[in-house]
Amino acid sequence: MDILRFLTAGNVDDGKSTLIGRMLYDSHALLEDQIQAIARASKSKGLPEDEIDLSLITDGLRDERQQGITIDVAYKYFHTDKRKFIIADTPGHVQYTRNMVTGASNCQLAIILVDARNGVTEQTRRHSYVSALLGIPHFVICVNKMDLVDYSQQRFEEIVADYRAMAQSMSVQEVTFIPISALKGDNVVHRSSRMPWYMGKPLLQHLEEVPVTDDLNYELTRFQVQYIIRPKDDRFHDYRGYAGRMMSGTLKVGDAVMVYPAGMMTTVTGIELGGQPLEETQAPMSATLLLADDIDISRGDYIFKPEQMPAIVNEVEADICWLDQKPLMQGGKYWLQHHSKKVQCRVESIIYKTDIHSLQAVENQPFLAMNDIGRVRLRLAEELCIDDYRTNRATGSAILIDSATFNTVAAVMMRVKS
Amino acid sequence: MKYFDYLDYLEAEAMYILRETAGQFERPALLFSGGKDSITLVHLALKAFRPGKLPFPLVHIDTGHNFPEAIAFRDALVEKTGAELIVGYVQDSIDQGKVVEPTGKYASRNALQSVTLLDTIQAHAFDACIGGARRDEEKARAKERIFSHRDEFGQWQPKKQRPELWNIYNGSLRKGEHMRVFPISNWTELDVWHYILREGIELPSLYFAHRRECILRDGQLLANSDFIYKDEQDVIVEKKVRFRTVGDMTCTAAVESDAETVEQVIEEIKAARTTERGTRVDDQMSEAAMEDRKKQGYF
Repeated sequence: MDILRFLTAGNVDDGKSTLIGRMLYDSHALLEDQIQAIARASKSKGLPEDEIDLSLITDGLRDERQQGITIDVAYKYFHTDKRKFIIADTPGHVQYTRNMVTGASNCQLAIILVDARNGVTEQTRRHSYVSALLGIPHFVICVNKMDLVDYSQQRFEEIVADYRAMAQSMSVQEVTFIPISALKGDNVVHRSSRMPWYMGKPLLQHLEEVPVTDDLNYELTRFQVQYIIRPKDDRFHDYRGYAGRMMSGTLKVGDAVMVYPAGMMTTVTGIELGGQPLEETQAPMSATLLLADDIDISRGDYIFKPEQMPAIVNEVEADICWLDQKPLMQGGKYWLQHHSKKVQCRVESIIYKTDIHSLQAVENQPFLAMNDIGRVRLRLAEELCIDDYRTNRATGSAILIDSATFNTVAAVMMRVKS
Repeated sequence: MKYFDYLDYLEAEAMYILRETAGQFERPALLFSGGKDSITLVHLALKAFRPGKLPFPLVHIDTGHNFPEAIAFRDALVEKTGAELIVGYVQDSIDQGKVVEPTGKYASRNALQSVTLLDTIQAHAFDACIGGARRDEEKARAKERIFSHRDEFGQWQPKKQRPELWNIYNGSLRKGEHMRVFPISNWTELDVWHYILREGIELPSLYFAHRRECILRDGQLLANSDFIYKDEQDVIVEKKVRFRTVGDMTCTAAVESDAETVEQVIEEIKAARTTERGTRVDDQMSEAAMEDRKKQGYF
């Protein structure tokens, strides 16, 4: 069994939470006490006795239930015989785009809901743009509320055509369209008899079968050191293990590797998992490496194969999503965290801001405000080993941290000129 | 390419998070309750740092109303692993007048733990507390980050959470603040049990069916003990039971069960019609009981 991580996005009332509730309910992932709890809450909201509001499954905070909206990402879990699923239920409100970015950064698939009555809207464009920018490889456009348009094939096809026209200007990799009614359960878990014209799979079957290993890069070998294990007892007197994670690619015992920033070559003499020896390891596993030579290696240092050099940069262009109330200023200093490595950086320039309505680049911007997306040039205090985000999500991603508040203020997707 | 099972992914993610915690913080600690989730965490931590020692102590917040089986298990685990154990006693907080012992039929020291926990964190200057909470447990937990920031009052502020992007964990703190770290956020109850089976992890006998004297109250079976207030409406029954979750004796209900092995427990959970937290009296108090407690510094 493997894992699929996906997000749901859509306008405020497009039915995201209802869809998730429906998937959980119809796949028997909801248990009696949970159903009773939402039935009680539904009744206190004034719903009729026999109706339960499935959206209450995901809106878990007091304020969310009172306002009937989703404020923060909720993670939900269910499984079928084929797969384990992790759902990031992300908010639809414009002011919570930052939370959508949070959800999208870890996902392999995006479900974008479109209300069949309203068709493709600005939020559809925004959510698609953010999902594409974050490199989500699989898109599912669920045309929801088909029950309210008489299950019309013509209406569905109009929306498919509109979406395709809109998505042309984005680097959307793979799109599947499914007509559904989350409320009535059509084409969510079970095939709908009310849309015989739809030849595709119901949503859950698609989620079970879509191949998902392709969001990891298995070609470029990248390991970053998180922690150095030195037991210093009699049995392991000279033991130095480099604990970390295979960010991408594979490693075998005997491989020649380069250590950076030491800039030295050495050989992998051992790979361990929990003290047990392994012959090889690959992304995304956590491992401990033993090396032939005693090299100065610290937390955050990089290990890679010399024939597959990453870009080693002290200045980088990046697409960023600004997430903080305090705007990003040209010339501003921040911490940049590249997984286990943290360096100081300065915003050399804001190259442009993306107008989310037209998707056009707008130049000469002095700052980026919360929820803005743009491209910047960053000057780094120390060199980093990176890849282009579009070829390697693991090594192309970073965050910016405000040095005064320590808040995470930006999602950074680095670009490498090939 | 080698095939990895979902348990391999979950394990790799948890080890990564544990190593980030040890790498980023000065004084981390692992909150150990003696339950299956924190026992699994200890197993994962040993795996992440082997052959080295655990780079953090285990911290147990002792309500004084524990199951004796859980305490015996804790002490044996500490003995076996050589881990450092720090215990914070709720009784001390009561004696110091910081909290007031609740009385009456539904009295439980469970909520008092938050005060003792925050005092223990402060006394030892812990900057990160690793916990075994899972997002599938409860709706407020479903919202929580893996690195969950706590302000100088130990509060969780759900609306001010730091965005958490990719698997990059921002552990930066100001003085007095701390982080709660949840390496098994993405695991479900069944995932934990499958992992316990795969790894052969030992658990206290409470998790397996045994005969026990119970108090039948409001449809729930509470273990009969001196810590629980009883009156004439309470019926004492002897049942074959096990515990799905282990808190202290006053807030954890048992379920009737014949499951004596890990395999049988897995089959039982698969067929169960209620969630794990359905046996926690503390969660049933109100709609947002967990959220409210977490805002005050609860796990």
